[in-house]
Amino acid sequence: MILEIYSFSTLTSSIDEGLNSVMAPWLVTLTEFVIVGIVFLLFYALLGLFLVYLERKVCAVIQNRIGPNRVGKWGMFQTIADLIKLLMKELITIKNADKFLFNLAPFIVIITSFMAIAALPFAKGLQAIDLNIGIFYVMAVSSLGVVGILIAGWSSNSKYSLIGAMRSGAQIISYELSVGLSLLAIVIFSGSMQLSTIVESQADGWWIFKGHIPALFAFVLYLIAATAEINRGPFDLAEAESELTAGFHTEYSGIKFAFFFLAEYINMFIVAAIATTLFLGGWMPLHIGGWEGFNQIMDYIPSIVWFFGKTFVIIYIIMWFKWTFPRLRIDQLLNLEWKYLLPLNLMNIVLISFVVLIGLYFK
Amino acid sequence: MTLPVFMFYLLAAVILLFSVLTIASRRMLRSAVYLLFVLIGTSGLYFLLDYQFLAGVQITLYAGGIVVLIIFSILLTSHISHKFKRPAAWKLWMGLTVLVFGSGTALWVLLLHPFSKNPAVKDVPVDMHLIGNQLLGMGKNGYVLPFELISVLLLAAMVAAIIVAKKEKK
Repeated sequence: MILEIYSFSTLTSSIDEGLNSVMAPWLVTLTEFVIVGIVFLLFYALLGLFLVYLERKVCAVIQNRIGPNRVGKWGMFQTIADLIKLLMKELITIKNADKFLFNLAPFIVIITSFMAIAALPFAKGLQAIDLNIGIFYVMAVSSLGVVGILIAGWSSNSKYSLIGAMRSGAQIISYELSVGLSLLAIVIFSGSMQLSTIVESQADGWWIFKGHIPALFAFVLYLIAATAEINRGPFDLAEAESELTAGFHTEYSGIKFAFFFLAEYINMFIVAAIATTLFLGGWMPLHIGGWEGFNQIMDYIPSIVWFFGKTFVIIYIIMWFKWTFPRLRIDQLLNLEWKYLLPLNLMNIVLISFVVLIGLYFK
Repeated sequence: MTLPVFMFYLLAAVILLFSVLTIASRRMLRSAVYLLFVLIGTSGLYFLLDYQFLAGVQITLYAGGIVVLIIFSILLTSHISHKFKRPAAWKLWMGLTVLVFGSGTALWVLLLHPFSKNPAVKDVPVDMHLIGNQLLGMGKNGYVLPFELISVLLLAAMVAAIIVAKKEKK
């Protein structure tokens, strides 16, 4: 089992006890809300900055360039400089736009990604809320993000925005089905939707190994569908620069544009973190049955390192997709989902139910 | 006032406010967005009751599904400058009369009803396995027959929709 010294529950329970000894219970709850909120906000902002930097560096490596290299060592502070620039930019208000909805849209997009990130288990004992319906909650909340995109496109009163929003909406609604069905595979294997239980069920081997062929199949389908759901290349035709300028956020400037931009990168992190939690064992170290010495060495690596290590491998794969494949057309995109991914997913669900029923997977 | 009671009043206020705004707004897309807030508030009530599954279903189906479809159809049909006209005075008064009588009846019934806390109901999250077993159970209190009947109905509706939408070949 994983070493107790790396568990975050001692830290969180000591904070809880410390607060309880000095204030009333309702004040403790309130203070803890504020602490958790601030921690998440900081994490969110820093992660966004880092992901933008990472994307620019990965893109540069793939295209044989150096990438950002002027601000700080290896251009490390480039994204911070960009953020300061965005904060100081003018917020342009459009004359004939629906101003209330125009201003509301970025907040809907960013709040939904913020709600989804709250349920993720980052390490042993480091999970803000462990809901009974875990993975279903994440799916439900992230399905709300598309409302923000549609409103943004319509209220801008611009044809580029409207077309971008329509494309994006059609894409997200259809690919949500495939994402849900491929995640259902692991729910069938582990028999639970609670994220902590799913992680615990992988203590003796990750589902992608234990579930062999159908789990691997579900993993590949999930990666394709999830890349499409977060509007990233090669499925980024909602903001195809050559035809639609910037899609649904064409008319936004300054920090409101930054909200869309940030939410897009955080959604990529959420998608990768869910893949990690369900298929690659979450914060569980790599264990191989029977290899006691190897397993003990693996236990010495803290669980938080495991989680972020696996997540960033998946993020790298998603970025690799974007800079390798050319963009799809809208009809190709919808064909891929409705004629290939969805039937394959349905067949895979039947196969997995069969495999679980007669116990054909490694236990 | 405990925290759950405070949360209940907060959510109730949000639901009431946005319900009124939904019908009072003269721009169609704004109404749809207010409706979204009403539905999210309702799912908040389910979360407050620790019935997490129903809350999740409420968000996915109503907020993430139906409202998105409504917004999508508004996007396809209506222009941003479109605004509903103010209703005629007699329509407004008729509506208000119906409102007073309707809410009066509802309040009267609610206030007369003797509410008592059922001791059999425990304040624990409803387990997912329980819902799953009940939904597809064939024994006593099992719901497998209604479940299958509804799936057949849905299938029929989908086939009918495709037939209606399909263009005839010439």
